[in-house]
Amino acid sequence: MHARPVSRDLDEQTELGDVYLDGLMRAQLRLSVAVIALTVVGLAALPVTLALVPATRTMTVVGLPFPWVVLGIAVYPAAWFLARWYTRQAERIEQDFAEVVDAP
Amino acid sequence: MNYTLSIVSVALVCLTTLVVGGLGLRLSRRTSDFYVAGRTVSPRLNASAISGEYLSAASFLGVAGLIYDEGVDMLWLPVGYTLGYLVLLVVVAAPMRRSGAYTLPDFAEARLGSRAIRLVSSLLVVGIGWLYLVPQFQGASLTLTLVTGAPAWVGGFVVMVVVALAVGAGGMRSITFVQAVQYWIKVTALAVPAFVLLALWFRSGSPAPQVDPSWNIPMSPNGPDDHPTYRTASTVLALCLGTMGLPHVLVRYYTNPDGLGARRTTVTVIALLGVFYLLPPIYAALGRVAYPTLPPGVGSDTIVLRLPETLLPGLGGQLLTAMLAGGAFAAFLSTASGLAMSVTGVIDQEVLRPRVTRFAGGDVPGIRGFRVAAILAVIIPYAVSRATESLGLATTVGLAFAIAAATFAPLLMLGVWWRRLSTWGAMAGLLVGGTTATLAIGWTIATGPEGGWTGALLANPAMWATPLAIATAMIVSLATPSRIPAGTTRTMVRLHTPERVALARSRIRD
Repeated sequence: MHARPVSRDLDEQTELGDVYLDGLMRAQLRLSVAVIALTVVGLAALPVTLALVPATRTMTVVGLPFPWVVLGIAVYPAAWFLARWYTRQAERIEQDFAEVVDAP
Repeated sequence: MNYTLSIVSVALVCLTTLVVGGLGLRLSRRTSDFYVAGRTVSPRLNASAISGEYLSAASFLGVAGLIYDEGVDMLWLPVGYTLGYLVLLVVVAAPMRRSGAYTLPDFAEARLGSRAIRLVSSLLVVGIGWLYLVPQFQGASLTLTLVTGAPAWVGGFVVMVVVALAVGAGGMRSITFVQAVQYWIKVTALAVPAFVLLALWFRSGSPAPQVDPSWNIPMSPNGPDDHPTYRTASTVLALCLGTMGLPHVLVRYYTNPDGLGARRTTVTVIALLGVFYLLPPIYAALGRVAYPTLPPGVGSDTIVLRLPETLLPGLGGQLLTAMLAGGAFAAFLSTASGLAMSVTGVIDQEVLRPRVTRFAGGDVPGIRGFRVAAILAVIIPYAVSRATESLGLATTVGLAFAIAAATFAPLLMLGVWWRRLSTWGAMAGLLVGGTTATLAIGWTIATGPEGGWTGALLANPAMWATPLAIATAMIVSLATPSRIPAGTTRTMVRLHTPERVALARSRIRD
């Protein structure tokens, strides 16, 4: 049984510390890739929609052309929500990690 | 045209910059104050400062001009400028803060332990910084000539002097306050005239902008030989990845108290930028109402400044123009001081400091060298801005983004997330990305835009140069495992472990 906190292993770069570091990096990277994938899909959705549903090219939303509403207005709150969600998830991963490695 | 109001407004903005910069001077004592404000800047102040620094001539004048010219497709530019922070947030924000480095070259050296990579990074910081400074000076000259009738050299000169004084006086601490104030100046200066002009437009029966249908449809080709989908995708990629590689952007992350603060700062930055970028399209659309076509000799970069007096002749229009001129100057000053700060840091650390410390140690001569570096940092791009023809403010800025995306972005992404990155791999990636992107862009500038795939690929290199740089770095790294820096694991522990986990050996004390 391991009698000391894993944070010492991290600090001293033992094999055990390495396993924990890998786990942390993998969890964070998975989250980051998910956010980037969502962003790419979100961006690509506009040209795809315009190509597949030609009516959207000339459609207006509250008096403004649909492409202007998406690119000029809607993307910004969407980006902000995504950023906030990411930050919370990343903080949660770090919280869990800290609890595990600091436990004696 | 009555020039008095605009002169007063521009003078006020310049004076505010100097006075607020002077407040920083009294607080800056140690050398680390000059670089990173002692690392005690709160997320909210830091977010205003980052946004204030980021919103340049390209955003304040250039984006509206390009949307006026080419329509809805140019909305991808502000989208890319903003999403750049989302990518920065998820890829590098917290690790960068935890790396404990001051500048991009510092990070490169800390991560890879190589003086040569540090040197190449320093060259890139200076190159990208100068390329980005040139349109700020050009924008200042264009604005001052338009709103005050001053000769073309004056505007850029004023910005150069104010920036050299502000940076040389207080370094980063003063710049943090200055930048935060300037974000709010810029938003107000762009929003108030926009609402007044919109109200006038409603009162006159909201006439529709006079455009042909392609203005409203994304990805419509400019000509028979155009590749709008590639062009747009490559531009957005350059902006999304380039943001993290801009020298003046990442420097701000070192002023956050910790990794959590760095992330929270970025979320606020995205909100602040989003609010700002709602405004330029209003000017573009009203521009199409007021001028169906531009008079000969008028560049679209000036439509933001021209609109108020066209739609509202008299004192009201003059007031709004003065406000916009002040806001535009806030944009030039803030971006230029941020860039000048980074370039100054590199010149100081790489060129002057090694020489000065050879003769005398200590803090005082260090700060004098810093001031000499500040002057060098601005005088060269000012000379270039006078000697060359403007390509358009947002276009030139886009080139700087593309080079950053092909060089620093791969270095940062692999440096933060890939343990097997070797010194040779990192160097090969920087060289391949840097050379190909610079040559492609240089060719486009020298020969003018070409049609067809060749032209599209050369004018928008990010889509191929960035993957090429990443692939080169990875292949060379895998081929040279003996060149993986010995301290890689320690660095990775430091970059990714949250601050609350106590690490006696792996942390760097601030």
